[in-house]
Amino acid sequence: MRGNSGVGAALLDKLSNLPVFTMNYPRIQIPFEITLWMLLASFAKIGFHVYHKITIWVPESCLLISIGLIVGAIMHSVHEEPPAVLTSNVFFLYMLPPIVLDSGYFMPTRPFFENIGTVLWFAVVGTLWNSVGIGMSLFAICQIEAFGVQDINLQENLLFASIISAVDPVAVLNVFEDVNVNEQLYIVVFGECLFNDAVTVVLYNMFSFVAEMPVVEPVDVFLGVARFFVVGLGGMGFGILFGFVAAFTTRFTSKVREIEPLFIFMYSYLAYLVAELFSISSIMAIVTCALTMKYYVEENVSQRSCTTIRHVVKMLGAISETLIFFFLGVVTITTEHEWNWGYILFTLLFAFVWRGLGVLVLTQIINPFRTIPFNLKDQFGLAYGGLRGAISFALAFTLPDNIGRKQLFVTATIAIILFTVFLQGISIRPLIEFINVRRTNRNLGTINVEIHCRLMEHTIAGIEDLCGQWSHFYWKDKFMKFNNRILRRILIRDSRAESSIVALYKKLELQNAMEILDTVSGDISAAPSIVSLYEEKKSSAKPKKKFLAADLRNMHDILSKNMYKIRQRTVAYTNKHALPNDSQTKEILIRRHASIRRSLRPGSFQSTVSRKTPPKAHSVWFLHESLLEDDHETLSEVAYPTRRSRSSRPARSSSRAMMPLRRLDTLTEAPSVDAVGDDSSYSDSHAAPRRHINSSDDQDSGSVDNLRNNHHEAQEEEEQPSSSSPVWAAEPRDGTTRNPLLRRPQWNPKKK
Amino acid sequence: MGSSSSSTERIPDAQELMQETGFSAAHLVRLYERFEFLDKDDRGELRLDDFEAVSELAMNPIGDRIIGAFFSPGRETVDFPSFVRILAHFRPTDTNRTRNGRNGAQPEPANSRTSKLKFAFQLYDQDRDGKVSREELLQVLRMMLEMQVTEEQLQSIAERAIQEADLDRDDAISFDEFKKSLEKVDIEHKMSVRFLE
Repeated sequence: MRGNSGVGAALLDKLSNLPVFTMNYPRIQIPFEITLWMLLASFAKIGFHVYHKITIWVPESCLLISIGLIVGAIMHSVHEEPPAVLTSNVFFLYMLPPIVLDSGYFMPTRPFFENIGTVLWFAVVGTLWNSVGIGMSLFAICQIEAFGVQDINLQENLLFASIISAVDPVAVLNVFEDVNVNEQLYIVVFGECLFNDAVTVVLYNMFSFVAEMPVVEPVDVFLGVARFFVVGLGGMGFGILFGFVAAFTTRFTSKVREIEPLFIFMYSYLAYLVAELFSISSIMAIVTCALTMKYYVEENVSQRSCTTIRHVVKMLGAISETLIFFFLGVVTITTEHEWNWGYILFTLLFAFVWRGLGVLVLTQIINPFRTIPFNLKDQFGLAYGGLRGAISFALAFTLPDNIGRKQLFVTATIAIILFTVFLQGISIRPLIEFINVRRTNRNLGTINVEIHCRLMEHTIAGIEDLCGQWSHFYWKDKFMKFNNRILRRILIRDSRAESSIVALYKKLELQNAMEILDTVSGDISAAPSIVSLYEEKKSSAKPKKKFLAADLRNMHDILSKNMYKIRQRTVAYTNKHALPNDSQTKEILIRRHASIRRSLRPGSFQSTVSRKTPPKAHSVWFLHESLLEDDHETLSEVAYPTRRSRSSRPARSSSRAMMPLRRLDTLTEAPSVDAVGDDSSYSDSHAAPRRHINSSDDQDSGSVDNLRNNHHEAQEEEEQPSSSSPVWAAEPRDGTTRNPLLRRPQWNPKKK
Repeated sequence: MGSSSSSTERIPDAQELMQETGFSAAHLVRLYERFEFLDKDDRGELRLDDFEAVSELAMNPIGDRIIGAFFSPGRETVDFPSFVRILAHFRPTDTNRTRNGRNGAQPEPANSRTSKLKFAFQLYDQDRDGKVSREELLQVLRMMLEMQVTEEQLQSIAERAIQEADLDRDDAISFDEFKKSLEKVDIEHKMSVRFLE
């Protein structure tokens, strides 16, 4: 690659006339090579997913390292040098921030803060325990003459130990998902990964400072502890500061939507750099910045900016991580290694042992404080899932050169990373499944019990959520009050004293409302159409079905795999390599809409069945209305019921989703929904709305008819009028509704 | 906790509520604070949209049913006593109260096993006819299962569930049958919430 410039020059010399073809490689060399490496790593990523089964059994990091090893071998054989990218600066300034930003931005905040005690406990104390434990034991080993490593003193051992104690268990989170590990474990693992990066870097800096000092005095230990707090809290402080500034800035960006995402990145990167400036924990800074920012910024920016931000954050994080593992593979082959059997093997042993011990002891101590204690299976997962990753690798390379045994340390670090990633990474899944299988007694209890138990679990989860039980209520409530009164006023454009929870919910519902109309009718609800239900009721004299054991097993399988788990939302965030998948929450919300629509059924059905589910007039309807009013662009503003004029918009052929809703607007209000059980009043106005449908039929384009047909397939035609009761229709006819859920919703914009 | 932590003075009929539901003063105060928090408009009662503002409930597959359970038939709002009475169902069972040795005058405590089961039963039985029909069971099943479960599978599951529990062959599950099918399950534990103070 590099010799070509010579050729170009030679060509130039020969031709004294105008050169037709020139090449100037050195000019583009650096960006070109960077791009090529990135592309190569990304191809590798694509390649893995071609054969899906691989990614189930082998974590992605393994695969990337393997590819890196192969490439490294190729390069080594042609005596090519790997790109000199792994300098301390490049790693810490360019490659690490995106990864940490990715983790911080997609941290599920609520579960995180609810478990923050446990997370900090494992991250801080656990890492300390590991570092000190491994360091001390290695020092003890060093005293043994047989291994020939007596020249490594205690400080250096501790330094090395701090490097390898940073665990990166995210690689096993996918495994945890599939084998149904305690939900709490996700958060703890997730948070631990994040925070122990910070802790490790702090420890590393501390120990490297200490390693250069000839004598360690007690004062220094005390100062070390103090420094730890300064570094940690200082990082958080800077992060919060920048987060607020970013939120404040986005308050004014409504006219410059295109560059909104930029602010997120610039501010978080600034937080990182400023923290580096003062040598405080830049990782904590960027994480807290992302956490703080996200809450306010996602309310201020437009929907598209929000999506862009998420995608870009994920992309940068993924690319950084890919590159790091890739280089790990390459560098393994191409560096000079110093191998010492004794030291390295004992390192592996101690790392394993101390992690296991640490998890055990720490869990015992913290379990009494947890509402859901960790059982042995969780502890095993936590301990065995302690793979080492990128941070260790980077730190090893940035060891100061004056440490005599630097090469040994580098080799040992690489060895431990490869060992844990390959061995533990691949074997953890079968092991956990084995344990799982053994521990869950799959007694084929009755179907009944399984259904009812899940119902009860959902009920309890709902009651707990209702009571705000799910957190340290007092502080959260205090913070929320402060938040509503002061912070939101300052930081959010057009802020109302309205819970952001509601805004989030509305945003989700909004997307659902659009998606409902976009999806094929078959997806909307697994429910049968009214007709079939009606028929089923008639055929009461059905012969009793006999169920075989195989059928029962199938049923149990279906139930266990397909019933929604409690508080689904946490799981949505824990796949590191994908954007948060809230498809199941969406599914739940879509279902509720569908059931609401379905339940507003014609009276004729009602009479044959005993009075059934009272139709639930729901605030979703007002959202449908709001949807009519707004642009696609300003969807985020729909969350606030500010624009509710009933001006009919011109037909927008570009957005199919808008069309049928517009039609609904033209229908007169359905008779008061209270009269659902009352056939007479219902059938009167039955005809009227229908006529409206037909009349406006002519006005619209063909595409709308298709959608309407879809609607018809999904629901009985009679439902159309009733399901469209506009929100600001007149007040319910009479005040005596049978059930509050029967009345139509009245959205009262909070005036505070 | 806060300044009004131990004072139940703000709560109307506090003593009666405590007597009736078995909540301690600390619990009651905390629930009152939560009630006030949910009651965004300071009306002294909760309406449907106050419940729906709790987004976790929105994402609960049976969220609507749970919310509906708070509203007495015919009422559109939930005042604090009603709120607490429903929540009393979820108090952990008092182990020192014997379940059988009650004199007839004492009403069934809200958090007894039977009451808890009744609450769960009513989540199914929306029309309050004392029976869970196949249709009602199907509805709840649909809510709790992901979309890719086919209708046939749903029907067979519901069919099987009714077969197992329905002893008097009326193709519906009565409350007693419901109770019987769950006799081995630790309801006291499953349907209890450890209320914070």
